[in-house]
Amino acid sequence: MDAAWVLVLAVVALGWAVPLLWAIAVSVHSPDEPISAANLWWGSHPTLANYTQAFQIAPFAQYYVNTIVIVFGILAVQLVTISLAGYAFARYRFRGENLLFFVILLQLMVPSSALIVPNYSTIRQLHLFDTLVAVMLPYFGSAFGVFLMRQTFKTVPRDLDDAARVDGANWFQTLRHVYIPPARPAMIAFALSSISFHWNDFLWPLVVTNSAASRPLTVGLAVFTQLGEIGAQWPLVTAGTVIVVGPLLLLFLVFQRQFIDSFLHSGLK
Amino acid sequence: MERRPRRGVAALPYLLIAPTLFFVALFTLWPTVLVAFDSLFLQNEAVQVPQFTGLGNYAALAGDSAFQQVVLNTVLYVVVTVPVSVVLALVLALALNRKLRALGLFRLAFFYPAILPMVSAATIWLFMYAPGYGLVNVFLGILHLPGQNWLGSANLALIALMILGIWKQTGYFMIFYLAGLQGLPHEVFEAANLDGASPLQTVRHLTLPLLMGTTLFVTTIAVVNAFETVDQIYIMTGGGPTNATTMLLFDIWQTLFSFFDQGKASAMSVILIGVLLIFTVVNFTQVERRATYE
Repeated sequence: MDAAWVLVLAVVALGWAVPLLWAIAVSVHSPDEPISAANLWWGSHPTLANYTQAFQIAPFAQYYVNTIVIVFGILAVQLVTISLAGYAFARYRFRGENLLFFVILLQLMVPSSALIVPNYSTIRQLHLFDTLVAVMLPYFGSAFGVFLMRQTFKTVPRDLDDAARVDGANWFQTLRHVYIPPARPAMIAFALSSISFHWNDFLWPLVVTNSAASRPLTVGLAVFTQLGEIGAQWPLVTAGTVIVVGPLLLLFLVFQRQFIDSFLHSGLK
Repeated sequence: MERRPRRGVAALPYLLIAPTLFFVALFTLWPTVLVAFDSLFLQNEAVQVPQFTGLGNYAALAGDSAFQQVVLNTVLYVVVTVPVSVVLALVLALALNRKLRALGLFRLAFFYPAILPMVSAATIWLFMYAPGYGLVNVFLGILHLPGQNWLGSANLALIALMILGIWKQTGYFMIFYLAGLQGLPHEVFEAANLDGASPLQTVRHLTLPLLMGTTLFVTTIAVVNAFETVDQIYIMTGGGPTNATTMLLFDIWQTLFSFFDQGKASAMSVILIGVLLIFTVVNFTQVERRATYE
């Protein structure tokens, strides 16, 4: 291919990468050295002082724990609920099956962000405001997951199921040993898209949390950057940002292939 | 495959779907009914007890110039960011769909914004747009163009948010096009090549029609996401200056949590749900098609 094309592409790609590269560079810019148009990157003596200070000002470690609990708590419950429901819809026939399936799929059509007003009231009524459970609860059921598991389970040969039953396996043993193993790739894809969606979620946790004990990283970062004492201290702000995105980016670099596959699989953020 | 009835306890399938049904009912079905009901009441700091007002909240919104501005901002954001992102994603995918040594690096450069939390991306861009030494203005300076107060100017702030939105999601859409391109039949393109079709003709008459499904899918996701724009407004502009960047979801949040007007926030939610339903139904039928043919 013509070198000119590759060059154009390289320039555009660099432009795309610059915001993150700049943020990382500025995060080690010494706080004693003002940033100016002439001194835009890491400055004359790069330092990790901004990171130490960011950790002192805001409980980022706590926010990390919260986010991890929220994300994996949601995922653990989802994997159970979607496997059970997906199995029922894939292999059982029962009255109202189509109607119930449609009712569950309504969740795909009414995005949860449009329901923050009534869901906030519900969380208040359940006395769950400002708890980790409040952040997780609305996501325990996943219509997309149920749909995905139903499609996946349907591809399992019926004969395997019948053989397991003949051998005396009950429904749970059949699900666990016949259906779950071949569904692992689909479950991993679902897991990655669930993790990245809930890791990044902002509006809902913003609405239902009000203290460091239940705030996830996203809300924590927003609170951090809006602290009066931080103002426009960009090295500090970018250090906070890198603290939040760093591990996620590393994880992505390692599992790039799986991440991209999971996005393709779901197409639902 | 034909589905035979499974013998066993008749209640079992109901028990298996019960947990999912419970959460869907509690956090999707019930709130949808509740919000529609609440939208019919005056319920704010001025009234002691909620008062039935029929479509009063909707009528008030229709006549409210601030809300008209919000609708305009939202629509502008959708009609600019969606086509630009989708077309750019297609162009990038076409450019990257060949044997290229640095392919992985290019793909990474375009895709990484998609996995950043919007809050972090917005924080970085808040800095990018800073007057004086923000990189956007530094870049304009290199081109001998005057620097701008991007987020402080009513004319530019919405454009600034659009640029962030396009930067953030284009790589994500590109991935769908790359996957789509990989799945196209080679023989057809070889035949076109033999028949002397120019690259532009090939793209126009072969690639684009063959990628129609991907385009529809990506576009509906883009539209739904654009209508749900809120994080970056919260971080970067707070809806200002003077409402210039307030969009529907941010306004819902603001109406409930800053102005404590639940009736009005509910009516706005119903409007948002109505708009989103149109596009999510299309999106859903696409998901079903993809899942079926996979």
